[in-house]
Amino acid sequence: MDALDLARWQFGITTVYHFIFVPLTIGLAPLVAIMQTIWVRTGHERWLRLTKFFGKLLLINFAIGVATGIVQEFQFGMAWSEYSRFVGDVFGAPLAMEALAAFFVESTFLGLWIFGWDKLPKKIHLACIWAVAIATNLSAFFILAANSWMQHPVGAVFNMETGRAEMVDIGKVLSNPTVLAAFPHTISAAFLTAGTFVAGIAAWWMVKLVRAGQADKARDVYRPAVILGLVAMLVSGVGVAVTGDWQAKLMFDQQPMKMAAAEGLCESTDGASFSILAIGDLNNDCAGVRHLIEIPGLTSFLATGDFSAPIKGVDDLQAQYEEKFGFTDEAGNPASYSPNLAVTYWSFRLMIGFGVGSAALALLALWFTRKGRVTDNPWFARVGVWALATPFLASAFGWIFTEMGRQPWVVAPNPNPSGVDGVWLFTARGVSEVVTPTTVIISLVGFTLLYGVLAVFWYRLMHRYAIEGVADTEHDPSPDNRPDEPDATDRPLSFAY
Amino acid sequence: MELSTVWFLLIAVLWTGYLVLEGFDFGVGMLLGLLGRRGGRDAAAVEKDRRVMINTIGPVWDGNEVWLLTAGGATFAAFPEWYATLFSGFYLPLFLILVALIVRIVAFEWRGKINDDKWRALADRAIMFGSWLPSVLWGVAFANIVRGVELDVNHQYVGGFWALLNPFALLGGATTALLFLTHGAVFLALKSDGDIRARAGAAAERLAPITLVVAAAWAIWAQLAYSDAAWTWAAVAVAAVALAVLVVTTRARREGQAFIASAVTILAAVVLIFGSLYPDVMPAFDPANSLNVTNASSTDYTLTVMTWVAVILTPLVLVYQGWTYWVFRKRISAAQIPDPVGLTFEQSGAK
Repeated sequence: MDALDLARWQFGITTVYHFIFVPLTIGLAPLVAIMQTIWVRTGHERWLRLTKFFGKLLLINFAIGVATGIVQEFQFGMAWSEYSRFVGDVFGAPLAMEALAAFFVESTFLGLWIFGWDKLPKKIHLACIWAVAIATNLSAFFILAANSWMQHPVGAVFNMETGRAEMVDIGKVLSNPTVLAAFPHTISAAFLTAGTFVAGIAAWWMVKLVRAGQADKARDVYRPAVILGLVAMLVSGVGVAVTGDWQAKLMFDQQPMKMAAAEGLCESTDGASFSILAIGDLNNDCAGVRHLIEIPGLTSFLATGDFSAPIKGVDDLQAQYEEKFGFTDEAGNPASYSPNLAVTYWSFRLMIGFGVGSAALALLALWFTRKGRVTDNPWFARVGVWALATPFLASAFGWIFTEMGRQPWVVAPNPNPSGVDGVWLFTARGVSEVVTPTTVIISLVGFTLLYGVLAVFWYRLMHRYAIEGVADTEHDPSPDNRPDEPDATDRPLSFAY
Repeated sequence: MELSTVWFLLIAVLWTGYLVLEGFDFGVGMLLGLLGRRGGRDAAAVEKDRRVMINTIGPVWDGNEVWLLTAGGATFAAFPEWYATLFSGFYLPLFLILVALIVRIVAFEWRGKINDDKWRALADRAIMFGSWLPSVLWGVAFANIVRGVELDVNHQYVGGFWALLNPFALLGGATTALLFLTHGAVFLALKSDGDIRARAGAAAERLAPITLVVAAAWAIWAQLAYSDAAWTWAAVAVAAVALAVLVVTTRARREGQAFIASAVTILAAVVLIFGSLYPDVMPAFDPANSLNVTNASSTDYTLTVMTWVAVILTPLVLVYQGWTYWVFRKRISAAQIPDPVGLTFEQSGAK
């Protein structure tokens, strides 16, 4: 393999891995903040116990999310330096803004929250977790603004002299229609992830306690957590679907090739069907695809809102791109403008399937727990645990789809009038020129091994702490709770590493 | 002043923030195995000491690290050519730094989660590795930048990996490692109480003179051989005075003053590095190929936008980070360290 393929594998592995932890952090931080808010407002000890329990899981997860995020920032310069030269003027700005506006807040206030339980007044301590929760979401916005610009460049022009993209309007970069759709979609998915996480773990515990004859404890502590998680799942499930639909329409407009590839659609068709199952040599030849199960007109409807609207196929788009760009490979043949069909076709379906499946489970579970009910059905616990993985998988496939579907471009061109003309870049041109395959192999193997080991530790820690459950009692450590006590220097810290 | 010069200064400020702040938490991490040693004491006391050390930086190390991410992001936005050349050129050292930072972060956060001696020993090794390696490599990297590297006409680094390990750069690595060690020892003496405070003070006293000699040698070498300006002698002088003060104050155990002295030394080192570079950001052996604030920078528009963002947000960051240090201003002693609350891997789970 050459440096380009290796660098692409490295980017794919490190990004998908990083995004195992990120959605859970983005969604769980606000859920923990909500739990703590309920505790501060109602004084019910169960909410303090739940805050601490899910807070611990949040911290185990946060650490690895931050650690792997650093790789993402520097990888652009290391392996993709020609890309960085081309887009730095535009792409660097949201990255720097993320660090200055969001990441500083997140890290600083997380430290205050972790160690500040017995140092800060209750309400200020609560404000700290809210600062973390809001900042993680703000971080996501800036990162998605940067990513959306690669999907749909706006607010920039191509400078012939320097050969670079140059920013002319930061407002347009930050209000790119692509990010305005991608942000709520990603955030909804993150809340779906965290909601499933909270509901799944609490459901497992609820059943366990009811079966052990402790229905009171199950109703008192775990049922509220199950309900909170399920409501988050349901609301975010609707959010994911609505914003996903919005994104599909934008994609049809901005990246028709991605839509055609996702459907394995060779020929342009009026009233294109949505394919549920297809077989064939998807990779190299879309003419070899046989669609086995399909829903008539649905793809046209998803793309345009009209069941009979025409959808362009891969072949027509290829011809259109050949004419527009005229790039040829070394042998003089026209460059291929279509992404890997098998990857886009399946990742698109798996994203939707796992996402919808997760949200559907929430409805079912709300029925089982209606009107103060707790259940002892072992299937309820089992499904709760299995469901944990589904939103993570949906997110992973979503990213694989959105990134792989853009190929062969790293900065995709826009056939649509709202995009900027002339700002585009082939992925093959973005890779670092001076970095040898050996160098990339060293880092690729290094990161993969390290990430593998850390995944084992992360999983075992999360698992152990989840099955440890909520503490039996929890005293209020805040200074508000001990107004008369002198501030003894030797009092043990309420939290220490 | 040209905006590109403003951003050159801002990036110097971000690196100062990073090296002064993370410098002490690197130092504490490096000292974990040196101060938290058996030496005839029982294992429980050693473990308490190590936990005191880690908890002095516990609430702040994560915030300190963001200065690096901001410096990286700001370089990407303000000087894309510099960012691209530097990070692709120094690929392998940077890879090692990233590996070190990753294991360090998770080791801090996960160490106390499992109550097991082997687990803690593993976490401690990760913290020490994760603190030593970047402390040395940042010095190596900056020394190479000051010294100049082999860039071709397209500003691509073509010198290879081994060229980075030249004597000047290695001395630079030794300088940063020693500076951070001393800075960490001084911080620890300032923030802890009891036995560990005394031993941190003694370590700082022993380290300060060595740091003075090595850092002075590197600074004078840098100034004589590689500085484009005479005024940077002032930075060398400030560093020398601060180091002398450090030697005196660590001997007298004046912890607050010693911490200011070590912080000023690091600040002066950054001023020397960036002052020697200007107007280059990455000098080449052939000056015609050098990257400078003009040919490496973004457009005026981008720099203007980013200037507004930085001018509004940086003071805010300083305020709330400063507040964090105020909230956790008290010294930590072994008496305040609660018993370990971590679980074990082997426990059956259900209560």
